[in-house]
Amino acid sequence: MKTRKIKHILAATFILTMAACGGGESAPAGPPGASGAAAGGAGKSTAKLFTAADITMGDIDQGMVDKGRGIYDMKCQACHSLGANRVVGPGFKGILERRKPEWIMNMILNIDAMLETDDEAQRLLEECLVRMPNQGLSKSDGRDVLEYMRTL
Amino acid sequence: MNKSFKITGIVIGFSAMAFLMMNSPGCRPGTTRTAVTGDAASRVYVAPGTHDEFYNFVSGGFSGQLAIYGLPSGRLLREVPVFSVDPESGYGFSEETKPMLTTSHGFIPWDDSHHPELSMTNAVPDGRWCFINGNNTPRIALIDLGTFRTHSMIEIPHSAGNHSSPFATPNTEYVVAGTRFSVPVGSEAERDVPINTYKENFKGSVSFIKPEPETGKMSIAFQILTPPVNFDLARTGKGASDGWFFFSCYNTEKAYSLLEVNASQRDKDFIMAVNWKLAEQLAKEGKGKRAPGKHYSNWLNEHTHTVESTIYEDVLQLDYREHPGLLYFMPCPKSPHGCDVNPTGEYIVGSGKLAALLPVFSFKKIQEAIASKDFEGDFVGIPVLKYESVLHGEVKKPGLGPLHTEFDANGNAYTSFFVSSEIVKWNVEKLEVLDRVPTYYSIGHLMVPGGNSAKPWGKYVVAYNKITKDRYLPTGPELTQSAQLYSIDGDKMELLLDFPTTGEPHYAQAAPADLIKPREVKFFRIEDNHHPWVAKGEKESGIERRGRNVHIKMTTIRSHFTPDNVEGVQLGDTVYFHVTNLEQDWDVPHGFAIKGAANAELLIMPGETATLKWVPTKVGVVPFYCTDFCSALHQEMQGYLRVSPRGSSVPLKAYTVSVDAEL
Ligand SMILES: [Cu+2]
Repeated sequence: MKTRKIKHILAATFILTMAACGGGESAPAGPPGASGAAAGGAGKSTAKLFTAADITMGDIDQGMVDKGRGIYDMKCQACHSLGANRVVGPGFKGILERRKPEWIMNMILNIDAMLETDDEAQRLLEECLVRMPNQGLSKSDGRDVLEYMRTL
Repeated sequence: MNKSFKITGIVIGFSAMAFLMMNSPGCRPGTTRTAVTGDAASRVYVAPGTHDEFYNFVSGGFSGQLAIYGLPSGRLLREVPVFSVDPESGYGFSEETKPMLTTSHGFIPWDDSHHPELSMTNAVPDGRWCFINGNNTPRIALIDLGTFRTHSMIEIPHSAGNHSSPFATPNTEYVVAGTRFSVPVGSEAERDVPINTYKENFKGSVSFIKPEPETGKMSIAFQILTPPVNFDLARTGKGASDGWFFFSCYNTEKAYSLLEVNASQRDKDFIMAVNWKLAEQLAKEGKGKRAPGKHYSNWLNEHTHTVESTIYEDVLQLDYREHPGLLYFMPCPKSPHGCDVNPTGEYIVGSGKLAALLPVFSFKKIQEAIASKDFEGDFVGIPVLKYESVLHGEVKKPGLGPLHTEFDANGNAYTSFFVSSEIVKWNVEKLEVLDRVPTYYSIGHLMVPGGNSAKPWGKYVVAYNKITKDRYLPTGPELTQSAQLYSIDGDKMELLLDFPTTGEPHYAQAAPADLIKPREVKFFRIEDNHHPWVAKGEKESGIERRGRNVHIKMTTIRSHFTPDNVEGVQLGDTVYFHVTNLEQDWDVPHGFAIKGAANAELLIMPGETATLKWVPTKVGVVPFYCTDFCSALHQEMQGYLRVSPRGSSVPLKAYTVSVDAEL
């Protein structure tokens, strides 16, 4: 219980740091995949987590939806159906009714930090038994996928 | 045991007197015990989770590959397939990689690789590429140090036994390829000659190969025809000797039978000095002739993940007889192997395998001798410089069987001695022996990190040995090969570590990890994959029949294939599995293997597409699966392909049953 608390404090620190620099344009800085810890997830992740304040959602932006669908087809569809059932990961139908936008963004872009700090992410790993792959998406890619999810 | 150890100790103590060692055949240094100092283990210990200081690129010899070890730990990090097919990665088995091993003789799945050479900028390794030679079917390969993959390969025409290569000029303008065997060249009639007409009809050649700086594609810029000697090793000039190249050669007797005797008759053989800047100029001015010489240049198209071949029908040749000033010979005792240029470029060290001394030549004196035509005669039309006129001096009685020399940053040289199994440290300017250590056993080349360059990093010398007797647990008649790491930080060389190697660790180079680590590619961007059969997402997967060929576009991701059910394939069909790995994360390859495949598996990197050709031989349902443990559900990563008789009416289809449909 105690360790868990410490982790939460750490997460808060991440968030503060991120607010201070206003977030980067693309999440994986440096060479492609540099942010991705190995599949085993060794070592502490230092990724900055998104908060509600980082994500503004107005009317559905069809241009972003189209881009998001393209990314989904290439990088997400293999594991996530558009229906309700789980393939490897959960189906996407109605996902915004179940998850907060910032939680979705973090799962897409900061999976290692989420598995360390987020109880719900950990619970999903116990259910699916496959770590959500780092698919090398930029922050704006992730945002496009989120926009597409709003239409499902 | 104790006693024999003591005796060894005494011998090593005395052996500072080179004389004793050479004249006492019974005092070959070495038992299984050696005088390793107490803290040796801590000096090579690289703690779990930490990295080695140097990458060590080691030839696989007759394995045809290049092995990468970490120094100082000696840990094997990777074996890069170069000239030999590799079932682990599918190299030489996948349709994309087969062209890399294609030559004018057809598909050649093996070679004998000897000399790794790092690409250089300003005569210092720059960490971009590593070259290595194929001896047997003359080829040179370029390994990209971003991916640790063989990136391009060129075949060398008019060459036989591509030993004297690949050595790079100071800015990697060229790497050279000198032929070990002279052979008759030209038309079919000119090549079909009696062997005993060697003197009249056989020719040597050295080729200057140009790697394109941007793409790494290689072509032969020009080739110099030479008298029929055997080229052994080579080194570029640099600094003081920039613009020149040096090749050791033996068989100046022009023997064609029983060379071990007949090519050892003369007291001195040669080091050939080539004015390559002049050769380059002559080639540019159109002074060469294009001679027939079909050869392949193969290179990896990074956009399609597929090797492509350019076939050249001829090669530009410069005939030394038409271009005085291009070549000179320096006498060098006797059957020289190494001809190694020191960091300043002023001194060239010859290593006569059968000589009892080490001659050191002075580039300044070479230039003076050329200017004043201080020749002792000529050899088949090439001026021979006077030995005494070009000599800086000789290291007297250094040991037995000198092979190869590298340098540290403090003016010292380290020479390997094959026959007396030792490394000898000596001062280049003063020609004085400073130290010697035994090696176990029969050392060939040695290596100091950057020791062939203008700025050696020093710190270690590594011995690459031919014989391993008694150093490791025995494994039948054949034992593992071996390398040995010595510290050269102090005045005395110290043995720190033995480590086993695969294949023959013929020669090696090393560079600091910091030069190479930042270049590492972690995955291929799926967006940039332009393979003609890529599936960028499962939606693009599918199946297509083209006559008797069936093409399946398949995707992999943890932990399934799409499609994982295929029907409608018939006996007599050839099936091509084009498998795209959709992962975009470091170190998550997937494998693909199918029962009865007559070649190997595929190992597909994240974002890559690779193709396995498979010809069914039996009717039935055949499984395929992922070979590379990828997730907790790796075992479930599998599929089925149904094979029907020829002419069957089963429709062709490939599918994956949706979870929303059946479960
Ligand atoms: Cu797998």
